[in-house]
Amino acid sequence: MIAIIDYGAGNVKSVENAVRKLGFETKITSNLEEIKQADKVIFPGVGEASTAMKYLKLKGLDVLIPTLKQAFLGICLGQQLLCKFSEEGNTKCLGIFDLKVKQFPATDIVPHMGWNNLIKTKTSLFEGVSDEDNFYFVHSYYCEIGENTTSECDYILPFSATLQKDNFYGTQFHPEKSGDIGSKILENFLKL
Amino acid sequence: MLKKRIIPCLDIKDGRTVKGINFIGLRDAGDPVELAKKYVNDGADELVFLDITATLEGRKTLIELVEKLSLEINIPFTIGGGISSVDDVEALLKAGADKVSINSAAVRRPELVQEIAQQFGNQCVVVAIDTKNIDGEDYVFINGGKIKTELKTIDWVKTVTELGAGEILLTSMDFDGTKNGFDTRMLKNISQICQLPIIASGGAGKMEDFTEVFSETTATGALAASIFHFNEIKISDLKENLKQNKIAIR
Repeated sequence: MIAIIDYGAGNVKSVENAVRKLGFETKITSNLEEIKQADKVIFPGVGEASTAMKYLKLKGLDVLIPTLKQAFLGICLGQQLLCKFSEEGNTKCLGIFDLKVKQFPATDIVPHMGWNNLIKTKTSLFEGVSDEDNFYFVHSYYCEIGENTTSECDYILPFSATLQKDNFYGTQFHPEKSGDIGSKILENFLKL
Repeated sequence: MLKKRIIPCLDIKDGRTVKGINFIGLRDAGDPVELAKKYVNDGADELVFLDITATLEGRKTLIELVEKLSLEINIPFTIGGGISSVDDVEALLKAGADKVSINSAAVRRPELVQEIAQQFGNQCVVVAIDTKNIDGEDYVFINGGKIKTELKTIDWVKTVTELGAGEILLTSMDFDGTKNGFDTRMLKNISQICQLPIIASGGAGKMEDFTEVFSETTATGALAASIFHFNEIKISDLKENLKQNKIAIR
């Protein structure tokens, strides 16, 4: 069973639909025991960082998530919350990745909204994906680049499009909204 | 590089697709789910559905439609039309919509933009603006273009940006339905002061119109309806044409 963490905001349904289409059983949940028992965990994110962290604390998920051993995928805000700090609401986050989440400078249109390609990809999630492929992004804050960066995207400045450390994976883009190539990334994760 | 978005718009009435010319006179253009799937296969980058149903039964049908779309569509889609409360938004997002578009309700009660942004994030708030040029000034119209307001479009864009909108869907009433090309004058004028992504809407008639709007304005998306519904332009052909004209396209 694939646990999809529910935290009250956002569109978890499209993630569930995408995962089910690939033939996996899902459960949308914030129950600690269910998440602990799941084969894999997906943490989709839209919304605001400090509100989301408050909710995770309320449910005890801030303590549970860093202890999980199964493959874990944070999407969009989900990836950002795996970093150590976000400028959005000056929020202390989960600290899996030793990186800061910063606001895009207002030198171009913000949010970064739409389809963009990745550069310097080096993660098992990208099998069957080429450098010309595009993924759907929508965000006003970005994860810095660091040693856990497994691909970059360039908008205003280069930032971490994907991150990985041990069993923790993150994508800034929305694989569930990135057409067939996005499904391929999800499938690669689900088959890890 | 961020790609420019081609966005078909499907007007929905009682669960069916329709498209008016200059907001008057509707023609049936088919089943929304089938049309949406066809557009995704053709390479659409996003989809917009505008519900023009007025009845309560029609709104319930809309939620069912959003649920069906969410199962079938793996690219982002926006739902607009008749949204006037945070509860409306919650129901649509829960059913699987990615964004909601608000128009008249935001003009009547601007705090709505803020309430939606705070609860669900700026990324899901598209403010749709119908604008018309009167004596050299661009004014906001509401109620499907029937009522003129005293709001200047440029001021309204600034206001909704401050309130937390994530994107502006800007429809030129002067150009909508004419197929004479996008309203580049108005779009340039507004985009000068707008930090948000703008979707250009109204006037698309031929492929060159899209090249023009993307090279002459900062619009990051271009929306059209009937030219796609009636197969006058195929999205895959359009995107090939744009690539040849050096526009960044997926």
